[in-house]
Amino acid sequence: MPRMEVFIDHCKGCELCVDVCPAGVIEMVEEINKLGYHPAKYKGEGCTGCGFCFYACPEPDAITVYKKED
Amino acid sequence: MTKELIKGNEAVVKGALLAGCKTFFGYPITPASEIAHAAAKFFPILGRTFLQGESEVASINMCYGAASTGVRAMTASSGPGISLKQEGISYAAGSELPIVIIYIMRGGPGLGNIAPEQGDYNQVVKGGGHGNYKTMVLAPNCAQEMCDLTIHAFDVADKYRNPVYVFTDGFIGQMMEPVEFPKARELNIKKDWALLGNRETRDNLVNSIYLDPHELEDHEIHLQEKYREMEENEVMFEEYKLDDAELVTMGFGIVSRILKTTVDKARKKGMKVGLLRPITLFPFPKKQIKDVAEKAKSFLVVELNNGQMVEDVKASIFYSKPVHFYGRMGGVVPSVNELLDKLEEIY
Amino acid sequence: MAKDILEKPKGFHDVYFYKPGDDKENTHYCPGCGHGTAHKLIAEALEDFGVADRTIMISPVGCSVFVYYYFATGNIQAAHGRAPAVGTGLKRANPDSIVISYQGDGDLGAIGGNNILQAANRGENITVFFINNAIYGMTGGQMAPTTLLGQKTMTTPYGRSIQNEGYPIKICELLASLESPTYLERVAITDTKHIMKARLAIRKAIKTQIDNKGFSLVEILSPCPTGWRMTPVDAKKWITEKMMDYFKLGVFKDLTKERKPYSPPKMNLNLDEVEEKLGLKEKPPTFPSTMSDIKEQYRNPRIKVAGFGGQGVLMLGNLLAETGMLHDYNVSWLPSYGPEMRGGTANCQVHIDEGQIGSPVVTDSTVLVAMNKPSLDKFEPDVVPGGLILYNTSMIDRKPERTDVEAIPVPATEMADEIGSLRVANMIMIGAYLQKTGILTKDSIFAALDIAIKHKQFIPMNRQAIEAGIEHVKNMD
Repeated sequence: MPRMEVFIDHCKGCELCVDVCPAGVIEMVEEINKLGYHPAKYKGEGCTGCGFCFYACPEPDAITVYKKED
Repeated sequence: MTKELIKGNEAVVKGALLAGCKTFFGYPITPASEIAHAAAKFFPILGRTFLQGESEVASINMCYGAASTGVRAMTASSGPGISLKQEGISYAAGSELPIVIIYIMRGGPGLGNIAPEQGDYNQVVKGGGHGNYKTMVLAPNCAQEMCDLTIHAFDVADKYRNPVYVFTDGFIGQMMEPVEFPKARELNIKKDWALLGNRETRDNLVNSIYLDPHELEDHEIHLQEKYREMEENEVMFEEYKLDDAELVTMGFGIVSRILKTTVDKARKKGMKVGLLRPITLFPFPKKQIKDVAEKAKSFLVVELNNGQMVEDVKASIFYSKPVHFYGRMGGVVPSVNELLDKLEEIY
Repeated sequence: MAKDILEKPKGFHDVYFYKPGDDKENTHYCPGCGHGTAHKLIAEALEDFGVADRTIMISPVGCSVFVYYYFATGNIQAAHGRAPAVGTGLKRANPDSIVISYQGDGDLGAIGGNNILQAANRGENITVFFINNAIYGMTGGQMAPTTLLGQKTMTTPYGRSIQNEGYPIKICELLASLESPTYLERVAITDTKHIMKARLAIRKAIKTQIDNKGFSLVEILSPCPTGWRMTPVDAKKWITEKMMDYFKLGVFKDLTKERKPYSPPKMNLNLDEVEEKLGLKEKPPTFPSTMSDIKEQYRNPRIKVAGFGGQGVLMLGNLLAETGMLHDYNVSWLPSYGPEMRGGTANCQVHIDEGQIGSPVVTDSTVLVAMNKPSLDKFEPDVVPGGLILYNTSMIDRKPERTDVEAIPVPATEMADEIGSLRVANMIMIGAYLQKTGILTKDSIFAALDIAIKHKQFIPMNRQAIEAGIEHVKNMD
């Protein structure tokens, strides 16, 4: 299944990925990361591998999208 | 080698090309324009780059870009244009880029006139732009030196990774004299720091920003060390009839030529007068002046300005001997007889 | 987009080793900042085109001053607004490199306005990414040239007004009025559709340069949530609702199909060829010294030549110096220069000397060549006793007043007219001077003429004039 992954300590909590995700499978979490933000997190299922979140995310290394099954 | 009768401003360009200069970026201004004219004529036929920038600001920044690729880059201008270039020269000094700047002075402040003044001494010798930096300043007084010191300027610019001025007045730029050009040289200078647009140099950075105060201080200490090395190794000067001189005259550029004739005439009148001409204005020949002061009774500094180099002469000898000053401004050039009168007055 | 994994592009460094401090993995940008997104799209394109090694990125002044932390390319930091000039230097010096100028709106649109305009107008083969976020981010939220009307910033606390600051500047429209640029497009970093359009535009701009097709610029409307005091999601909406209303998206120029690739010719000359093209291989003829054969008062002359601009005064002096050099004398030629040359009076000062020449200035002249009356009036008093004055009687209606000098009248202008051109009056004078003094010879003057005269078709007439001057003095004896 396609999936996205947020590298928690690279996320600045801008929520742009949540905003653009057509499947609504990304959420912001309660915990605070090393940078001092509430990071985003993949809900665990439903990712279509569209990549929208990857291109919306301003941080080079915060999101990786695996489009195909692995 | 055969001689060519050539303007100082044009000798600069041929010298630069023989020294392997690859790029010229400039903006026209009297009395430096012949440099751009000659560069426009010769750079393209040698497969090199001449470009008239949209301004002096742009031209020096084009040099900044070109020099960062490791090629030899130059520009030329006069007072008002050099004022505009100061931003880029400060950046080049901060980023340690070798750029040769030919500076043919005119009269000023403001628009002033195009006559041969020397009012820009402090501007180039003391820095000119913002920050703790120095540029090397070479002061030719004839067409041959316009060529030779331009070539030297490229060498020392590369050696110290620093901007270098070839700095003179309108007379020396405009005057024609025979010049013997040296042979063209193959350049084999390795510039590990340059941006060559390849994998090996991909991690290189040309930069003058250091956010951390300690890092910036380290960088600036490094720069000051370079300037100290220049002071140790790069001083150039000319001595003329100094052996028994009781009165030492000093001047640079066209003034040194007039002083030489004046010294000859004074000698005929039985006066023990000599000439010490700084060829490098930074580094200034402080030690040599101090040595000369051991024997001499006094100095006469002649400048086409309000008294700029004279302060450096006084400081060089720790104010231990009288240092007289004779200056003309506005582009008025004193005659030999005028200087002779001054000599007789203070001798 | 055939990639299976979307991850940090290789156009970025793995570790940002130039970034100070402990965190060398995250950017310095604020949450939701458009710079990060734009960086990502550029880094991806550099990786996909395989040109990161060849690329040199120019960091501007502004928030993106630290572009060099991130890109795995050569990097250079430029003064505020000067990136297009720096880029010009980079590209001209190394046309094989890919030069990318990354600039903000203050940098490009305000302080560097002329630099971008002129680089675009030269059609420099560089690529510019112009981040338009309508504000100065780094310096603390001041007005940008692209700040919208009514928009409040630190320096427009009551909102930008037409009366005080004028309208926001539309860079793409401005540059599109130029002939030279190849590709200009405005895009926005907002929703996915627009981000993907921006992605294509960025790729196309870089490709334009790779293909050597000239100047490309992509203006990117980009969020600055911190400067705008909004959430990143609201900032995106603000672009859509406010910025895109004034800054219309679209392609403003696209000549990528029509433009032919151009890269400057490469020339590798050997040292001999360099010297030859500089004219240093020419061997001018030499002539023996004449000084010992001529009268004492004519030796080592200090010559002043003066007249109207256009009378060939400077050329006259030039030729005397040139000829002197062929005799292996030391010579100097000092002109009056600048606007004086264009219409007013002109003079030049020439030394021809067996010994070293100190001052090239001639104050007490041994020879005065006066081509017009003001020149005689002005310089006659400076001639040394026993000196020589050659004066152009066609233009001077009096004799020299001095009785302690030799005065040679020459109707130079009339004689020149008879030969067929007023412009050779100067050569008449040279002929007269050499015949009078013997310091130069006809052969040496003719040889110098060949060197000094650029347009060879004029040489015969000049020679004729010199001969006429010689004859004139001969006939006086």
